[in-house]
Amino acid sequence: MIGRVVQYAVLFVATLFFLLPVYLVIVTALKEPSAITLSSTWQLPQVWYWESFVQAWTAFLPKLQNSFFLTVIATLLSAMLGSLNGYVLAKWRFPGANIVFPLMLFGMFIPYQAVLIPLFQFIREIGLGGTLWGLILVHVVYGLPITTLIFRNYYAEIPDEMIEAGRIDGAGFFGIYSRIVFPLSVPGFVVVIIWQFTQIWNEFLFAVTLVSSPANQPITVALAQLAGGEAVKWNLPMAGALLAALPTLLVYIFLGRYFIRGLLAGSVKG
Amino acid sequence: MNWFRNKDTLYGFLVILPSLVLLGIFVYGFIFQTFYTSLTDWGRDPAQALSANPQIRFIGLENYRELFTGFVDARFRQDLVNTFFFTVFFILGCLSLGLGLAIVLDRSPKGEGFFRTIFLFPMSLSFIVTGTIWRWMLQPQGGVNQLPTLVGLPRGEFAWLTSREQIWQVSWNDLPFITALVVSAVLVFIAIAAFRGGERRRGYIASGSAALLLLWALTLGRSLQPLPFDELHGFNLAFIGIILAAVWQMSGYTMALYLAGLRGIPEELREAARVDGASEWQLYQRIIFPLLAPITLSAMIILGHISLKIFDLIFAMAGADNAPTDVPALLMYLTTFRANQIAKGAAIGMILLLLVAAVIVPYLYSQLKSEVRR
Repeated sequence: MIGRVVQYAVLFVATLFFLLPVYLVIVTALKEPSAITLSSTWQLPQVWYWESFVQAWTAFLPKLQNSFFLTVIATLLSAMLGSLNGYVLAKWRFPGANIVFPLMLFGMFIPYQAVLIPLFQFIREIGLGGTLWGLILVHVVYGLPITTLIFRNYYAEIPDEMIEAGRIDGAGFFGIYSRIVFPLSVPGFVVVIIWQFTQIWNEFLFAVTLVSSPANQPITVALAQLAGGEAVKWNLPMAGALLAALPTLLVYIFLGRYFIRGLLAGSVKG
Repeated sequence: MNWFRNKDTLYGFLVILPSLVLLGIFVYGFIFQTFYTSLTDWGRDPAQALSANPQIRFIGLENYRELFTGFVDARFRQDLVNTFFFTVFFILGCLSLGLGLAIVLDRSPKGEGFFRTIFLFPMSLSFIVTGTIWRWMLQPQGGVNQLPTLVGLPRGEFAWLTSREQIWQVSWNDLPFITALVVSAVLVFIAIAAFRGGERRRGYIASGSAALLLLWALTLGRSLQPLPFDELHGFNLAFIGIILAAVWQMSGYTMALYLAGLRGIPEELREAARVDGASEWQLYQRIIFPLLAPITLSAMIILGHISLKIFDLIFAMAGADNAPTDVPALLMYLTTFRANQIAKGAAIGMILLLLVAAVIVPYLYSQLKSEVRR
C-alpha cells in the first residue's frame, strides 16, 4: 500500500518537473507584453493575448519555410542513401566491409567542431556558401552513418533465404532490392525519416556557422537570435519556441513508437 | 576483380562507394585538415586571418602548449573544468532520474503510457527551444525562484545563470597529481573486481598499473608544474541551471533505455527470487541492477559524448559570451568565427575530438566485436 502511494507521489512530482516549463511557455506566450512581470510569472493571463502568435508567425514564417525545405530534402536524400548502404552492408558484404563500417559509424559521434573550419571553406569554395543547399549537403553527409546503421540492422532481420530465392529467380543486385528488400522497408523508412527529420529540424551548430544571411536562416538560428536579444519581451520568444517545437512535437506525439526506435538505434546495437 | 565474390557484390561496392568517398572527405579528410591547421599560426596576425591568400606558418604544437600552459588561455582551462563537472552531474542526474522513473513505470501504474509520453517528450525538442524556455524559467527575479511564493514561502535567491560563484577550487598545477590519484583509484577498483571474479591476469595488470601511476604521482607528479603560478579553477555554480535543463531534456532517454532493459528481464527470474525469500530491495540489488549494468555503461557513453559536445543548449540559455557557463565547444566557435583565431580554434576542435574519441572508440570496438561473435 505504502509502495503504491510512493509510486504515484514520484510520478506526480516527476510530471510537475516535466510539465511546469510547458505551462510557463504557454502562459507567457498568451500574456500582453505589458502584463509580463517577473513577480507574476506563474499566474494565468488576465487577458488572453493571441497577438504574440500572429507576430511570431509573421516573423518566423520564412524561417519555418527554410527549415521545412532543408529538412525534407535532406531527410529524404539521406534516407534513400542509407537504405542502399544498409542493403549492401547487410546482404552483399564486400571485402573490407568489416573495416569500413566502424569507420563510417565513427562519423556520427565526432564533435563537428573538429571539421568545421575545413567544412566552412569547402562549402564556400564549391559555391554553396551561405545557401540552404550547402546546409542540405552537410546534413546528408553527416546523416549517412546513422541512416546506414539503422537500415543495416533492419535488413539484417530479412532472412538470407529470401535473397537467395530472388537470385535463383534470376534477380540481381538491383532486382532483389527493388522487388524484395525495398517493399519490406516501410517501417525502416518511417524510423529513419522521423529520426532524421527531428535531428535536422533541431540542428543548430551547422546552421549558425554555415548560413550567414538572415534570409536563409533556419528556425533554430532565428529563435536563438530573438531570445538572445535583451530588449524583446518574453511573450514573443515563447510563442516562437512553441512554433519551432510544434513540428517535431507533433511527430513525437503521433509517431512516438517509431521515434523511440530511432532513439534506441542510436546506441549502435540493433 | 576476382576478390569480389561475383558481379553483384561489385555492384554493392559501387553503390556504397559514393557514400564512403563523401564520409572519407567530410570526416577523415577534414579532421586531418583541422589537425594541420591547428599546427599553424593562422589567425595570429589579424590582417592575415581573413585575407584571401593568408600567409600561414607552421608552428608545431605551439597552439596546444598555449591552451594548456599559456597565460592568455586561462578561459580554455576553466572550460575544460566546466565540461568535467557538467558531464559528471549531467550523467548522474540522467541516470538516477531515468532509472527511478523506469522502475516506477515498470510496475505498470495506471496511465503508464501517458507518463511515458510526458517524460520522453523533451527529447523531441531542439536544445534551442529547451534553452529558450529554461532561460525564462531561471530568471533570477522570476520563474523557478518565484515558485516558493506560490505556497507562501519567501522567494528563492539563487542567481542561476548569472551566478559568479565558484566552489571546489583546485590549482591547475595540482591537476596532473589529482588525475593520477583518481585514475589509480579506479584501477584499484577494477583490480579488486577482477580478483573477485577470478580473472587474475586482469587483476595483476590493473593493480600493477595502479602502483606505477601512484609511484609516479608521489615522486615526480608534484614537480610537473604546467604554470609558473597557481591558477584556481572550480565548479561554476551558474552551471547548475544548465545541468537542470539538460537533465530535463535527456533523462527521458535513459528512462527509455532502462525501461526496455527492465522489460527484457523475464518474470520467472523475479518470481524465482521471490520464492527464495528475497525482499524487494534484495531483488533489485542482487538481480536487476547487475542485469542493467551494460545499459548503464552504454547510457554513460552516449550521454558523455553528448555532454562533451554540448553547444546549442548553452548558446540559447546563457548566450555565447557568458564566461561562467563557457565550454570548449562554444569557445571553439567564438575563437574561430568571432575572434578569427582560426588555428587556435582548430586546436580546441582537435582536443574535443580526442576527448570524444577516448569515450567512443572503445565503445564502438566492443559493440562491434560482440556483434561479430553473435
